[in-house]
Amino acid sequence: MEKMITKDIEKQVKDLFKGLVNPVRIVLFTQDHAVCETCEPTEQLLGEVVELSDKLSMQISPLDSELAKQYDVTLAPAFVLLDHNGEYHRVKFNGIPAGHEFTSFLTALMEMSGAVEDLPEALLDRLAKIDKPVNIKVFVTLMCPHCPGAVQKAHKLAMLNKNITGEMIEAQTFYELSESYRVSGVPKIVINETHELVGNQPIERFLDLIESI
Amino acid sequence: MSFSLGFSFKKEVALDGIFDFVSIGGGPAGYNAGLYAKRKGLRTLVIAPKKGGQLLNTSSVDNYLGTIELSGEALSERFLEHLEHTDVEVLGDLHVTSITKHDLFELTLEDGRVIKARTILLAMGSHPRQLGVKGEAEFANAGVAYCAICDAPLYKNKNVIIAGGGNSAVEAAIDVAKIAKHVTIVHRSTFRADQILLDKLNQATNVTIHLQTQILEIRGDDRMRNVLVLDKAFNSERSIEADGLFIEIGNLPNSDLVKGLVETNDRGEIVVNGKQATSLEGAFAAGDVTDAPYKQIIIAAAQGATAALAANEYLNTH
Ligand SMILES: Cc1cc2nc3c(=O)[nH]c(=O)nc-3n(C[C@H](O)[C@H](O)[C@H](O)COP(=O)(O)OP(=O)(O)OC[C@H]3O[C@@H](n4cnc5c(N)ncnc54)[C@H](O)[C@@H]3O)c2cc1C
Repeated sequence: MEKMITKDIEKQVKDLFKGLVNPVRIVLFTQDHAVCETCEPTEQLLGEVVELSDKLSMQISPLDSELAKQYDVTLAPAFVLLDHNGEYHRVKFNGIPAGHEFTSFLTALMEMSGAVEDLPEALLDRLAKIDKPVNIKVFVTLMCPHCPGAVQKAHKLAMLNKNITGEMIEAQTFYELSESYRVSGVPKIVINETHELVGNQPIERFLDLIESI
Repeated sequence: MSFSLGFSFKKEVALDGIFDFVSIGGGPAGYNAGLYAKRKGLRTLVIAPKKGGQLLNTSSVDNYLGTIELSGEALSERFLEHLEHTDVEVLGDLHVTSITKHDLFELTLEDGRVIKARTILLAMGSHPRQLGVKGEAEFANAGVAYCAICDAPLYKNKNVIIAGGGNSAVEAAIDVAKIAKHVTIVHRSTFRADQILLDKLNQATNVTIHLQTQILEIRGDDRMRNVLVLDKAFNSERSIEADGLFIEIGNLPNSDLVKGLVETNDRGEIVVNGKQATSLEGAFAAGDVTDAPYKQIIIAAAQGATAALAANEYLNTH
């Protein structure tokens, strides 16, 4: 099969992966090819990425498995990242992380491994105070250059507070779902089902909205 | 579906000391300037919150010499590769929030850090112009969109209106027509787009064109449903139903940062001379943010080159 990651990109990703600190495990959920057109390419892409560092590993599970329930995964393809202790930090991707989302994917891997960029003290204080369950959905398309910024923030918030879940949703693959959330421009950020932010917003705006709920 | 992989990573860039040349902006203008400045031996930095600038919003570039049907993103990656090969430092993610000049220029970044430079290039590019009609703000992200390449996949089998008559409008129409059920182009005067694009547009069977037609209002309920237009030839109003409206009516310069610092014209564009110098000594400008009559990738890049060479000459004589 032809590789999705070209030699050129491979070199850049390997360079980046030199900065991986701890091991990270990807758990990918798939369905039969007949109902899931993008499952195979997603499996291939993640497989090729995992090959580029011995700190990375991948496990594949069917969508109707117990494991999927455990991580509250309801779509395929979807995957979550686990840290070196096998712990889930509520970082989820629904849909193939290709196009611009490849950046979101690699950033999430780096951060989950412990290569984290610190947030300012003041933001961390605000974040620590969030004690209600918060679900952040970020709807994206793969050709959207300013979407990864929003995805990365949602994931970062999830990693830093155990009450927060951050998920990327690729709107083209999950078209009906996106329609039900009335996504007509990306990135669209939906917090706890009903609260919306439009465009790639600073972390402060995420926090403002979360605090107001 | 076919998949390409996009790239943009943070790299540590040392910002202390004094730079000879700093480009504020990393689109075609800033990139090419960075390349030329570095080759002259200047300590160079390119600040590029969005690496590649508007190239990332362009599905296909066919008019940059030497590129035939290359995606804007692929072209932008080639540019960046060229810069990395030449060891030009490119700082991602952070905008410049203010510029002052004493002996040196001082550029303050979003995170509060300050960069010192002997010469600077203003290459902040431009952003999409709004229609300025009723309903535009209300339905932003409820049908009204400004990035065709980002949002087109959301309009599968839907009806879409594209406002505008230049290259970007016609390109958007060609792209969206592949996904949408029907595309209607609404433009208040006549087409300004390249003939080669209009020929391509004419091949699409699901596109209707209304010229001399002005959008008066965007209407709907919880989302946009139709637009009210004025047919100028008949001086009559009517409504066109649609699920989405893509606004591609040209751009406005990103020059707020330098209001009062350098001379701008009545459109807010930075006024430059033949060497891309602005009214402020040591500050040059290139690309879409300037008063250049035509805004194109190759023109922005060429102006960037001129600016870097002129900055080098300035540094040698001051
Ligand atoms: C949809 C579309 C299709 C197009 N198609 C074509 C085409 O086919 N051929 C063609 O020749 N041209 C095309 N153009 C026009 C072309 O893209 C522009 O003329 C060109 O990108 C201008 O380059 P620039 O470097 O001046 O600015 P931009 O490309 O706009 O880049 C500006 C840079 O400045 C940065 N910036 C902005 N504000 C700040 C700040 N405060 N601090 C630091 N950095 C900042 C941005 O992040 C970005 O990196 C198209 C434009 C669009 C929108």
